[in-house]
Order: sequence, then structure tokens, then C-alpha cells
Amino acid sequence: MGRYLRTLREFWSSSLAIELEYPANALIELLSVLGNLAGSVVVLALFYCRGHGLGGWSWDEALVVLGIYTLLDGFTSTLLQPNLGAIVNHVRTGSLDFVLLKPIDSQVWLSARCFSPWGLPGVLAGLALIVLAAGRAGATPSLLTLLGTILLLLCSALILYSLWFVLAATSIWFVKVWNATEVLRSTLVAGRFPVSAYPPALRTLFTLVLPVAFLTTVPAEAILGRATIPWVLASLGMAMASLGLSRGLWRHALRYYTSASS
Amino acid sequence: MSRTLRLARVLLSVQYAYMLEYRAEIALWALSGLLPLIMLALWSGAAAAADLSLSPAELTRYFLAAFVVRQFTVVWVIHIFEEDALQGRLSPYLLQPLHPFWRYLASHIAEQATRVPFVLAIVLAVWLLGAGASGWPPPSTWLLGLLVTHLAFLLRFLLQSVITMACFWSERAAALDRLLLIPYLFLSGLVAPLEAFPPGLRRLAAATPFPSMVDFPARLLSGGEVDLLGGLATMAAWIALLLPLYLLLWRAGLRRYAAMGA
Repeated sequence: MGRYLRTLREFWSSSLAIELEYPANALIELLSVLGNLAGSVVVLALFYCRGHGLGGWSWDEALVVLGIYTLLDGFTSTLLQPNLGAIVNHVRTGSLDFVLLKPIDSQVWLSARCFSPWGLPGVLAGLALIVLAAGRAGATPSLLTLLGTILLLLCSALILYSLWFVLAATSIWFVKVWNATEVLRSTLVAGRFPVSAYPPALRTLFTLVLPVAFLTTVPAEAILGRATIPWVLASLGMAMASLGLSRGLWRHALRYYTSASS
Repeated sequence: MSRTLRLARVLLSVQYAYMLEYRAEIALWALSGLLPLIMLALWSGAAAAADLSLSPAELTRYFLAAFVVRQFTVVWVIHIFEEDALQGRLSPYLLQPLHPFWRYLASHIAEQATRVPFVLAIVLAVWLLGAGASGWPPPSTWLLGLLVTHLAFLLRFLLQSVITMACFWSERAAALDRLLLIPYLFLSGLVAPLEAFPPGLRRLAAATPFPSMVDFPARLLSGGEVDLLGGLATMAAWIALLLPLYLLLWRAGLRRYAAMGA
């Protein structure tokens, strides 16, 4: 365990050094996070103009959902995109060989090798929005609620990670699936809004097939003090199952890996 | 003249054959543009939709048309140009008696041709899922709409080409596309019909080229009321502004081109 933590520190400090070579990117990312957030708030406001509601959620409560979406999007840019987006290239060029030879678990290496600081503005903006909006919505979370929310947010992050990893791991068979993760990212945009705002058929789809509901709506309900035991358990179960799936699929996929070129 | 025609035919057929290789990927790309349909699901259930001047059937038609417009106005020239410039592939293109602009334009048009079956399939699916009841405008309307959609593509291609010229000055200019995407996403009418915007925001949107890229063609395509001449004049004005700017930047940038890589 200690070895893994030490390696992780080396990984992240080296990739931080690389990324800091491009300081202008920091400005672009900051502007992009702020612009996206402002745009999302305006679109949300369109649904709430003249006293209308959306899916039974008040304005401030819906902002909590948007905050969690922003937080997860920042997490995606920080860890998922730079790491899991690179798997396809490792498979295509055959450099996965070198990863498999390293004395460290290959899934850990592939999932945590890079760290991009440019997602951090999104993480911070998301956290700020969650705290602000939850306060305005009148939430006075107890310590237990707070711990529960953090647990559910961890579940969201795990589900999101597993979805990405499973899609990226299929590149062992299909080689070019770079776009598959792009599809995932654009479909998860649906998580900007509470899931009850969608028609019933889509609501089922977003709960069971593409777990958008567990990503943003369930943690938002938790911090607002509306969490119910069945949903918390379902979220935990979903996180465990998808993590197990990603692990199992990776071990299975490696048996089909035949290296590439040279 | 005959040389131009032959050139266009060869360029397009070569690029079409090349794009067919990637048809599975292009199917995934088509899926990643589902945003207008997600927004349709939200708007059709939202109470705020009652305030719009569009009837539910018109709203369905509008978002379906926006989906089609989005599919045929996808532009990625900045990413491929950045790669070509960094890896030195641009150098042989420059030696040929053909401006590289045409090569990139041809590959975009060829990619759109490979998209047609997927877009038809998705539109048909949405149709069967219930949008069919909203009817469809007469052929003359949507033929004109498709023509204007193509003009919108040219405008978007030109705008991104202007930004692309930053590749001559920076190694990571493609990040600028993320900034360009924000106003495109929120001001073009992709996430909400423009009449849902408050008057001030609507005036701001009208001062940018973005409504010409989605709102205007989608409205035509869905058979809504539009100021045809005014819309076309706006598009022509933007193209007349961007084209000289592009040529100017191209000449300035080319002088800085260092032919990196091979």
C-alpha cells in the first residue's frame, strides 16, 4: 500500500511538471469552466422564469444538482480524461506492453498515471456552488448527512470512473473507441438537471442503463436531507457492481491482448 | 473550369473512401450529438414551455431540426490542423498547387456524406417514438432548409478556420476550440429556442454569428416563420467579414511556420 502511495506521488508530481509547461492553458480552462457554468445557470433559469418549476425541484435545489455535475466534470478533466483517454493510444501503438511489464497493477497504472490540474477550477467551482445553493435551499445538514453525502459523492465518482474504464477497456477488441468516451461525456450532460425533470421512459433509462440519476440527483437529495435508505443502498450497490465489472472486464480483456505493430 | 471540377471530384471521392473506413466511429460521433434531443425531452415536460409561442408539436419539430443541423455542421478542422502542423504533415500539402483549405473542406463534406444513414436512422427512431404526430413541412421548405444548413456549415467552418490560424503561434491552439464551443452551445439555439431567452440576452445572441449556425437553419427546416432574406444577409455579412480575416491570418501565419517534425 505504501509503495502504491509513493508511486502515486511520483506520478502526479511528474505530470504536474509537464502540464505547468503550458501556463496559458490555465487561463483557457478557467474561462471555459466559468463560461460553461454561467451558460448552464442561464439555461436552468429559462426553465424557472415566471415562477415555473422543473421536475418538482426548487431553483436552489436544482442548482445543487448543477454544482454536483460541475464537480464531477472537473473530476473527469483531472483524472479520467487524461488517463483513460490514453488507453486507446496504448493499445493502438502497442505501448501497453511496457505498462503490463511494470511491477504494479496495470489497472492502477492506467487509471492514475496522469494528473491534470486544469480540472481543478471545475472541482472548486462545483463545491462552491453546492455549498452556496444548499445553504440557500435551507439545508442544515447534520454530521451524519454530511458524511452520507460524501459517501454518495464517492459512489458517483466510482460509477463514473467504472463507466469510462469499461468503455476504454473495450479498445483491446475494437482498438478505436476514442469516440465512445466522447459519447459518454455528451450523454452525461443530462445530469445537469434533476432526473425527475425527464419523461418517465428516459427516467428509467437514466437510472438503470446509464446511471445519470446516481451521479448527480441522488447525492443532491442527500445533502438536502431527502435521502432515503433504499436509494443510498442502491447507489452503494451500483458503485460496487460497476467497480467489480470494470475489474473483471479488464482481467478478461487482457487475455485477448495481442500487442501491436513492430 | 474542368480542372476545378476534376479536382473537386477526386478530392471528395478520396476523402469519402477514407471516411468510410471510419464509419463505426462516425456512428458514435452521430450519437454524441444527442444534446438537442435531451433538451427536447426536458422542454416537452417543463412548465416553462407553456410561455413559448411555439406549440408542443412545433417545439418537437424545432429540436429535431436542430439535431439534424447540428449533425451536418460538425467542424473539427482545428484539431486535425494542429496535428498536421505539429507533425509536419502540413509541409507536403504546402508544396501542392492547392490551398490546404480545400483539402480540409473536402474531408468535412465527405464525412457528412457518411453520416447520412445514421442521422436518418436516429430521426426515424425519434419519429416512431412519438414525434411523428407533429407532422412535417412540405419538401420545398426543407430542401431550402438543407441548403441553408450547408451555408451554416460553411460559416462555422470558416469561423473555426480563423481560430485555427493560432496553431501557427502556439502548440496547443486546439484548446481554444473549447472556448469557442461555449457561446456556440448556449447562444445558437441548441439548448433552447431563442424566444425563450430574455430580451437582453436575445439581442446579445443576435449580435453574434451563432444563431445563424443553428437557430436560423433549424427554423427553416422545421417550417417555422423566418425572415429568409434577413437571415441570409446576416450569414453573407459574417462570411464576408471572416473570409478576408482568414486569408490575412493565413499569410501572416505561414511566414512563421517552422515545419516541425518530419
